[in-house]
Amino acid sequence: MFKLSSEGEAFVQKELKRYETKRSAIIPCLYKVQEENDGWVSPEAVEYLSGLMDLPSAWINEVLKFYTMFNQKPIGKLHVQVCCNISCAMNGGRELANHLNKEFNIKDGEISADGNVTISRAECLGSCGTAPMMQVNDNYYEDLTPESAVKTIKGLM
Amino acid sequence: METKILSEHYDKPSFKTLKGYKELSGYEDLAKALKMDPKKIIEDVKAAGLRGRGGAGFPTGVKWGFLPDNGEPRYLLCNADEGEPGTFKDRLMMEAAPHQLIEGMIISAFAIGSKKSYIYIRGEYNSCIRSMTKALEEAYADGLLGKNIMGSGFDHDMDVYVGAGAYICGEETAMISSLEGLKGQPKLKPPFPAIEGYLKKPTIVNNVESLAAVKYIIRDGVEGYRKYGTEKSAGTKLFSVSGNVTKPGNYEIPLGMSMKELIMDIAGGMKPGRKLKAVIPGGSSTPILTAEEALKVNMDYESMAELGTFLGSGAVIVIDDSNCMVDLLGVLMHFYHHESCGQCTPCREGTGWLNKLVHSILKGEAKMKDLELINGISNHMMGKTICALSDAAAMPALSFLKKFRDEFEYYIKEGRSKVKGVSYAEVNH
Ligand SMILES: Cc1cc2nc3c(=O)[nH]c(=O)nc-3n(C[C@H](O)[C@H](O)[C@H](O)COP(=O)(O)O)c2cc1C
Ligand code: SF4
Ligand code: FES
Repeated sequence: MFKLSSEGEAFVQKELKRYETKRSAIIPCLYKVQEENDGWVSPEAVEYLSGLMDLPSAWINEVLKFYTMFNQKPIGKLHVQVCCNISCAMNGGRELANHLNKEFNIKDGEISADGNVTISRAECLGSCGTAPMMQVNDNYYEDLTPESAVKTIKGLM
Repeated sequence: METKILSEHYDKPSFKTLKGYKELSGYEDLAKALKMDPKKIIEDVKAAGLRGRGGAGFPTGVKWGFLPDNGEPRYLLCNADEGEPGTFKDRLMMEAAPHQLIEGMIISAFAIGSKKSYIYIRGEYNSCIRSMTKALEEAYADGLLGKNIMGSGFDHDMDVYVGAGAYICGEETAMISSLEGLKGQPKLKPPFPAIEGYLKKPTIVNNVESLAAVKYIIRDGVEGYRKYGTEKSAGTKLFSVSGNVTKPGNYEIPLGMSMKELIMDIAGGMKPGRKLKAVIPGGSSTPILTAEEALKVNMDYESMAELGTFLGSGAVIVIDDSNCMVDLLGVLMHFYHHESCGQCTPCREGTGWLNKLVHSILKGEAKMKDLELINGISNHMMGKTICALSDAAAMPALSFLKKFRDEFEYYIKEGRSKVKGVSYAEVNH
């Protein structure tokens, strides 16, 4: 059974009071659940959160499904998101993503055998002047080459 | 030449902190504004000619004037969702100068009589979330937010709200839905947010750069602000230059400067041996310009309109002759299809069809008549939907096809790219 840590539960209580309506706390609370559930939000975690927030699980599911930053299935420890939108595409973003697929032997969305890496292609992340770039979990890495990207990811393992 | 008004101190790390910001005259304009009549501030913002920097270029003071004059609670919402492909200026502003945005927002809130504001930051912008959160803590600790700000009797609370990955939440009514804890879908207008917005209360939504600029209207006065720019496009603006230039980056210039100077001088021009082919002038949604058009247009709202395009968010995407236009349109159509929220049939179906048709060209599976189909579908997507995303997808399709039709025809006839000599089915995707 999924359950937040006591800090996690305290966070939820704080967020429930932070905004004008309780419903606005759904996004921040889903982030917290994802953080404490190895990077994804499971159906049982939604039920748990629904009880904790005293909001219908349908409301929580609606938000969970709408936004790309919430993962609805398990994910590698490092979520590598390579921007493949226009300015990055013009500077090798797609080739970079292809290279990482090969290097870690996974297709987009899969988890590497050691559980460490998931690669996905992202839309513009606002680093277009320092293309190509990738986001690994919370951080941006910019002006990459295929080699420097692999080195960065391995350094984070 | 660059003209650094907003960005004057962006290279100084101390400018991020309250102490460093105050040493460089920070919050002095707030002190000045709090002594003014709020109505006069709105009049000044109107007279200064500030136009929204988020994309549509709507006059900021005029928008504020739409608020009902009845003293009812109202919200200020800062649009920091920056998602228009090619745009990275708001990120710089929040990283380098969080207090500049807070100061601009308190002044704006005072002008419109709002006691509560949110900065809606896209979820991926962790560096901005951190810098804004820290700056808000500093501002509260210093009495710049909360009750009786600077002894003026004006109360204001400000908070950060973090998005979770959806381009559409940059559209103001979708942002309001998202902040309300709903899925981030746009709402039908009218009623406009200024009448009925967040929790059905009057709400003003403005871009990061628009709100920060208000501070400089107070500092320099209407005439001082108008010293830069043109009659109808007043002031300076940050442009995010990306793509195939030697010095990509954010550059602040007076509106009205030639695009040629921005690209060829300030952003370092083209890479050795490469020629300019096209420019997307204001973010991926704005109609593309040929090299010839780009080299004669000026960076202001009217000059862009004359060429049938827009200044948009200020994202200048510079494209050289090594690029295949069919390929780049494929990238954009994939994006809009992915980001359509699906509420309106022309947008949901149209973006799907456009994506499919352009990719069928890239795979060598298209027929010549499919080009007419692309035009027909795009035309059918314009002006018929709840929000402008549908138009934003159709405009690049129409303009790429109109201005670079030979590349599309060649690809269909030969089954390979005119520029690259190969089929994309072989190399990518
Ligand atoms: C699909 C779509 C996406 C948008 N994304 C943004 C955005 O990321 N940032 C922004 O400031 N405005 C964005 N806008 C424009 C907003 O709806 C709104 O006009 C703007 O925030 C108003 O602020 P301004 O008048 O200060 O520019 C978007 C509009 C549409 C239709
Ligand atoms: S135009 Fe597209 S994105 Fe906008 S509301 Fe309609 S379906 Fe959603
Ligand atoms: S296009 Fe890749 S970060 Fe903007």
